[in-house]
Amino acid sequence: MFAVRAGLQKFNIEHNFEIESIIRLYARWIREDKLKVNSDWNKDLQVKFTVQDPCQLVRKSFGDPVAEDLRYVVKKVVGEENFVDMHPNRSNNYCCGGGGGYLQSGYTEARHQYGKVKLNQILATKADYCIAPCHNCHSQIHDLSEHFEADYHTVHLWTLIALSLGILAENEREYLGDDLKEVNMPGY
Amino acid sequence: MAEEALKVSDLKGEFRKKVRELLPKGNLDLCLTCGTCSGGCPATGLEGMDPRKFVRMVMLGLDEEVTTTPWVWMCSMCQRCIYACPMSVDIPQMVGLARQAWPRETRPKGILGSCDMALRHDTCSAMGTSEEDFEFVVEDVLAEVREEQPGWENLEAPINKKGAMYFLNQNSREPVTEPEEMVPLWKILHLVGADWTYGTKGWAAENYCMFLQDWEAWEHIVRVKAKAVDDLECKYWLNTE
Ligand code: SF4
Ligand code: SF4
Repeated sequence: MFAVRAGLQKFNIEHNFEIESIIRLYARWIREDKLKVNSDWNKDLQVKFTVQDPCQLVRKSFGDPVAEDLRYVVKKVVGEENFVDMHPNRSNNYCCGGGGGYLQSGYTEARHQYGKVKLNQILATKADYCIAPCHNCHSQIHDLSEHFEADYHTVHLWTLIALSLGILAENEREYLGDDLKEVNMPGY
Repeated sequence: MAEEALKVSDLKGEFRKKVRELLPKGNLDLCLTCGTCSGGCPATGLEGMDPRKFVRMVMLGLDEEVTTTPWVWMCSMCQRCIYACPMSVDIPQMVGLARQAWPRETRPKGILGSCDMALRHDTCSAMGTSEEDFEFVVEDVLAEVREEQPGWENLEAPINKKGAMYFLNQNSREPVTEPEEMVPLWKILHLVGADWTYGTKGWAAENYCMFLQDWEAWEHIVRVKAKAVDDLECKYWLNTE
C-alpha cells in the first residue's frame, strides 16, 4: 500500500480514487453492527493473542488511529481479556524485518538477526498467537517462529474474524494450532 | 569523536551532494549524532553498521563505503528512526539512494527478479501470474466453495465489475500458493454486503520495484495499478492490510 501511496505522490500520478485499508473497514462494519463478531468462542478457552502493527499500514500510512481500529477489531474478536499488547507498539512499533524486500533479498541470516527484536517482543507477551495483518509481516513472523523454534502461531486477521463468525471452513484453518482447529466450526 | 575534527564542508562527496539535492531542507545537516535512531533500530550491529553511523558516513562524504555496504539491504526502510529522531532525519531515504547507487544487475537477485516479473503482465504480480491465470484461480476456488460449503451457494468474487465501490487488491501469494486463504475475506465482504471487485489488471498488491529502487519500474507499476482502478471507476483502492 505504501508503494502505491508514495508512488502516486512522488511521480505526480493523477487518479480519481482514494486508498483504503480493510482494517478500517472491519472496525467500521463492527461498529455499525454489520459484522456481528463476538468472542464467546474464547470465553472458556482463554487463548491469548497479540498483534503486529505493520509499519506500512501504521507508521508509514495512517498512523495511530488505524492502530486503534486494529485493536478494536482484535478485542471484539478474541475478547478484551485475551489480548496482550507488545511494547513498544502502534507508530512506535518495531519492524518485524519482513519489509523493504528483506524476504526476497537473500540476506537470510541478517533477516533472522533483525527479527530477534520482534521475536523477543512477541515472546514477552506470552501470547499463543500473533496476529499479522500484513503479508510480509505474516511471512516473517511465521518464519521467525520456525527458525527460533518458538511456539506461537501466526495468523491472518480474516481467519479470526471468520472463526468468530462461525464461517471458517476446515480447509481455511491452515495457520491455526490444534487448539483452534475445530473451534466454532460452521454448523453443517 | 575523531570525525568531528574533520571539516565536513571540505570533503567532496558526490553521494552527499545527491542526498542534499533530494532530501528536503538540509535534512542531513540537522543530525545531532544523538544515537536515538540506532538505539531503536533492529538493524543496528548488522555489518558493523547502524543508522547513526550511516548518516555520519554520508555526511563525511565516504561515498565508496556508503554505496557498497550491503547494510542498505538489511535496513527494512521501516521509518522507525525518523519517527524517533528529534530532527526527523530521513535515513531510509538515504538508504534508498544508496541502494540505487548499486548497478541494477548487482542488486539482490530475489528483489530484482520479483520486480522484473511484475513488469511482465499488467497484473503487476511479482510471481508472474497472468490475467488469465488469476481469473481462473478465483473462479475455480469460488466454484468449489459454492459446491462444497452449504450456505455459500451465492458467494461472489466479482472480477472487473465496473463502478464497484472497492477495488480489492491481493498479494500474489494467495492466488498462487494458498488460494483457499482468499475465501474468509470473500465471506466477510459478502456478509456486510460490500460492493467490491477484483481487476484482472493491477490486482497484485506487492511492489518490489520500489524496494529495488528502480524508480522507472516503480512508477510504471503504480501507473498500471492506478489506471486499472480508474478504468473500473472504483472509488476506493482497497488493501487487504
Ligand atoms: S536520531 Fe536523528 S539526530 Fe540523532 S543521531 Fe540519529 S539521525 Fe542524528
Ligand atoms: S528505517 Fe532502517 S535504519 Fe531506520 S529504524 Fe528502520 S531499519 Fe533502522
